[in-house]
Amino acid sequence: MTTIDAKNVLDETTVAVTGNEAVAEAMRQIDPDVVCAYPITPQTEVVQLYAQMVADGKVESEFVTVESEHSAMSAVIGSAAGGARTMTATSSQGFALMWEVLYVAASYRLPIVMTTVNRALSGPINIHCDHSDTMGGRDAGWIQLYGENHQEAYDNCLQAVRIAEHTDIYLPTMHMYDGYVISGAIGPLKMLPDDRVKSFIGPYRPVNPLLDTKHPVTVGPFDGLHGFYFEHKVAQNRAMDRALGVIQDVADEYAELSGRQYGLLDAYRLDDADVAIVVVGSTAGTTRDVVDKLRAKGVKAGMVRVRVFRPFPHEAYAAALQHVKVVGVLDRADSFGAQGGPVFLEIRGALYDCDPRPQVLPFIYGLGGRDIFPDNIEQAFAVLQKAARSKKRASIERRYLNLRED
Amino acid sequence: MTTKTRKSRSSTHGLTEIRWHGRGGQGAVTAAKMVAEVALGQNRYFQAFPEYGPERSGAPIVAFTRISDEPIQVYSGVENPHIVVVLDPSLLSIVDVTKGAPDDAVVLVNSDMPPADLRAHYKMKGHKLFTVAATKIATETIGRPIPNTPMVGALVRITGMFPIEDVVEFLRADFGKKFPPKVVEGNIKALTRSYEEVQAE
Repeated sequence: MTTIDAKNVLDETTVAVTGNEAVAEAMRQIDPDVVCAYPITPQTEVVQLYAQMVADGKVESEFVTVESEHSAMSAVIGSAAGGARTMTATSSQGFALMWEVLYVAASYRLPIVMTTVNRALSGPINIHCDHSDTMGGRDAGWIQLYGENHQEAYDNCLQAVRIAEHTDIYLPTMHMYDGYVISGAIGPLKMLPDDRVKSFIGPYRPVNPLLDTKHPVTVGPFDGLHGFYFEHKVAQNRAMDRALGVIQDVADEYAELSGRQYGLLDAYRLDDADVAIVVVGSTAGTTRDVVDKLRAKGVKAGMVRVRVFRPFPHEAYAAALQHVKVVGVLDRADSFGAQGGPVFLEIRGALYDCDPRPQVLPFIYGLGGRDIFPDNIEQAFAVLQKAARSKKRASIERRYLNLRED
Repeated sequence: MTTKTRKSRSSTHGLTEIRWHGRGGQGAVTAAKMVAEVALGQNRYFQAFPEYGPERSGAPIVAFTRISDEPIQVYSGVENPHIVVVLDPSLLSIVDVTKGAPDDAVVLVNSDMPPADLRAHYKMKGHKLFTVAATKIATETIGRPIPNTPMVGALVRITGMFPIEDVVEFLRADFGKKFPPKVVEGNIKALTRSYEEVQAE
């Protein structure tokens, strides 16, 4: 039903690290040709540790220090277009500053891998976790993978390279984990041996690199007055559609290597559930504990954790949730003026063709790092249970968890 | 939808939750991590994290450690700690260090005073109180007034969480990678002295 226990069994390969250390170690094992990055809380440790590894000669990467995240993404684009395996990392305002060039990276079809440690966007100025940064970037054309914990931050970082560089895809890929909650916390990580990672990642064979001067190409020219911009965008979206299969293939191959199986989504005790919560990131762990507690009381509760957000596996969600009476979606970002948060909108859309159609209710939690306790998740389940018992469909106004209301 | 319940969630899945109070620079976060790493050596599950935010020298800070016989997947802050460790007694007059702690929680304070005197001085109510002169011990053994290692020694004694020999072994191996032998031995002395000198009420 779930693979969390298999992932978490302690053994001689387990180390105690922060989430950021886990990702810096993954990057060391990948040893990309080029890393261009600018430090920002809570991503800083990743860049700092990697710069140290470069200085200590533990990796062969060229580390390019830049003066801003806009420059970091621009340098990464130049490097990747040149034909180098290239990585970067950021958070929050840094991600926002990359904005216009994120689209450029995707439209050039550059297989860049970026770690984004999720943090709120200003203002007020806030350094804590929420998902506003990358949820805001969901339409930029990047593949997006959300990790739950230390282990998945590491595992997703390694898989992201294979996904991005797959010749059917060739799209930049970002992977995320919760700022502070995971990035700064010490937790268990099972590391793979360097040589096994190396063979999993494999050598990089760039397609149409600029530096292959015997086969000259042009990257990023003006499209002309009536050029092929539209067709270009359709090609990007078709690559996104193909990515779902590739992401699962890479996960299956990684499972053979690591013993840790990932899917497009992560369902927990869902098969006979009447009520279920959909959630992203570290809060999934807390939610699983609440599901267990409710199950012990006879409540048919379940959960789905979002792993792949772009492309969004809507058919997989419809299949997973069609039998559930009421689905609550917990968003750690809001889309102001929309019917609900970004994940809510996707889930509600994914379930539209189900018959009977489950109710889907929006919850917002954890903005700016507001803590989310098991009690808060129980309160959300109570709303779902009440809606499941009622003959009338429940209101779909936003419900806020752990909001200071008085 | 606010959280107001303060019921004890102690010992589900053999879970121990520790809350550390200190000031930036006293090594509370390092101590929280040290205990987590020792737990790994005991084949137990662990989690250690500071109250999320930047650490400023001298400012009150909070850190947490969770230890369990089963995988830990809860990622919210610790609300009802079974063990509270206070690295700086001056915090007792400005921070409610036992907030949310169940009645049977253990409170360990870095102080020269015996527990009864400390309790009277700060008008502390309830819980099982222990004290150890960690700053003094650190100054005499390590040569610097950083109380974190001695506090771990006292914690190990009063909770019986790990055999002290295993903690010594951990320090020798882990600190041995980062510090010169003199510093390592100083820390081991600090650890074992606190283990012996911690006072119960």
